[in-house]
Amino acid sequence: MQTEGITLMDTLEIAGRRFNSRLMVGTGKFSSNMAMQAAMEASGSEIVTVALRRVDINNPADSMLQYIDTDRYLLLPNTSGARDAEEAVRLARLARAAGCEPWIKLEVTPDPYYLLPDPVETLKAAEILVKEGFNVLPYMPADPVLARHLEEAGTVTLMPLGAPIGTNRGLRTRDLINIIIEQANVPVVVDAGLGAPSHASEAMEMGADAVLVNTALADTANPAAMGEAFKLGVQAGRLAYLAGLGPQRGTAQASSPLTGFLREE
Amino acid sequence: MSFYNLLQQYPAAGLRERLAQTTSQEIDRALAKATISINDFISLLSPSMSAVQLELLAARAHRMTSQRFGRTIQLYAPLYLSNECHNGCKYCGFSADNHDLRRKTLNDAEILREADHLHRQGFQHILLLTGEAPEAAGVAYLEHAVQLLAPKFSSLSIEVFPMASDEYQRLAKAGIDGLALYQETYDETLDPELHPFGPKSDFRYRLEGPKRGGEAGLRRIGIGALLGLGDYLTDAFYTGLHARYLMHRFWKTQVSISFPRLRPAEGGFAPRSMVSDRQLTQLICALRLLLPDAGLVMSTRESAEFRDNLLPLGITQMSAGSCTAPGGYEGDEGDGEQFAINDQRSPEEIRSVLAERGYEAVWKDWDGAFLNPQT
Repeated sequence: MQTEGITLMDTLEIAGRRFNSRLMVGTGKFSSNMAMQAAMEASGSEIVTVALRRVDINNPADSMLQYIDTDRYLLLPNTSGARDAEEAVRLARLARAAGCEPWIKLEVTPDPYYLLPDPVETLKAAEILVKEGFNVLPYMPADPVLARHLEEAGTVTLMPLGAPIGTNRGLRTRDLINIIIEQANVPVVVDAGLGAPSHASEAMEMGADAVLVNTALADTANPAAMGEAFKLGVQAGRLAYLAGLGPQRGTAQASSPLTGFLREE
Repeated sequence: MSFYNLLQQYPAAGLRERLAQTTSQEIDRALAKATISINDFISLLSPSMSAVQLELLAARAHRMTSQRFGRTIQLYAPLYLSNECHNGCKYCGFSADNHDLRRKTLNDAEILREADHLHRQGFQHILLLTGEAPEAAGVAYLEHAVQLLAPKFSSLSIEVFPMASDEYQRLAKAGIDGLALYQETYDETLDPELHPFGPKSDFRYRLEGPKRGGEAGLRRIGIGALLGLGDYLTDAFYTGLHARYLMHRFWKTQVSISFPRLRPAEGGFAPRSMVSDRQLTQLICALRLLLPDAGLVMSTRESAEFRDNLLPLGITQMSAGSCTAPGGYEGDEGDGEQFAINDQRSPEEIRSVLAERGYEAVWKDWDGAFLNPQT
């Protein structure tokens, strides 16, 4: 009963909008649009991100867009492929002109290999887009100082990477993400690098507000099963965080303390 | 350092010796590494690789490609604008020596007709091709063609003739995002025999062409050797070396590699070496391990069956339903073609085969809005 009490009240709020799921999913790399749809559904996600370069955003009959029910999911367009602030801003405006809600996942990744976010250009683009009224969710290096700047610019989340995108390597930036979580006043969404439900759990246990996964769901023989596994991983991690994890210690500690008798004095 | 100078550091004779002497243990070591060095790459190209080692190599190539690119294949189509050419390439149907070829350069109406055909089939990524005849189809002609086509397609690339950096910049401004420029062979000593006259006989100018494209800020650069013109193994090695050179130098540009191979008696030209399916498979997988993030491109030059079998091993882009003659998609007889294609399946058939094999055909993976300040 206690558990239900915790989870029922626990929603994710971004820019004034509430979400029951703390798992966001990407739509790239799937073997088919059906596989993508099955993974989305099983993941319980309510936010799906779509690369503007992959779709004809002006055409609702686009081969990918028709698989995303916008009554059910917040369609979060992203600027993947943008090499600088100017390109990212242009793409965001294009999405809004096409009738998308003014939400944008900002990705500025000039290096096409590791797809690492450019801190300088990301901040520049965020400042412009926030002024233009967008809800900006920036993909960013796990840099606590940059996180401060982005928040000051008015972004509605912070989305630090756990590991380079697509690597499935988990929370390699753990210590820095910890600092970001500790300091943030907006939701922190761990984005990129999470390859297993246990990684997602770990991020949620640390106090991340949500996670975003894509490759881990797309690059598997059963995307729907993996979608569900991530859903459970995120829920487990969140519940553990809310319940309060015991501290880790270097040595064993007896549950019946040796000096317990002193309490009587 | 120029790539020409880097090339001098790997003389072909030494490379051939090293390839011939590679031991089975060296291949095993290279296969076990998370990231491979240029020396490991040589080991992985070794003709002495066993069938068991090749299977391991293929498994690794498959894993890396699937993780990095997902279960998707991007489709593109070539659009031949002109077959006029001043070069005398011994192996090419467009050679100025080929007096039987009907020469043609498309006018605006013809370009748009071809474009509409490809657009109707669903293509969004178009590769524009010409020979090398500046007075018929030079930079200004291309610039105009790009302006005509840019509103119709998401991505336009060129496979034409080497240009100066400012000319590449001019085309980028018009709407080009990619460049394909194949060296044909990296063997400078063989080059005069293959390219006896015409601007292409300037080996070094062509060799440094991709670098000039990088300096012009192009998003995508494709390189490759026409396998069989020279020693295919050394050419494969130099292609990998060239790709790495470009990636390190132009960090915002994605490099891709093609590996066209000559087929017997193509245009009456006898290839110096024939590259078998096994050899080509090995070199594609070895390239994947050397360059985990490079686009690997396969054209309709190869057979349907071979293309299908290579799908999981590293290929990221394919052409489909191609015609290699200007005007060939709509109306014109195919008598002006550069080379005969092998995989004759329509784009829709290719899409359906990809789906059967668990791959999503990606028609659009770029948007003209990235480059167009008007948006």
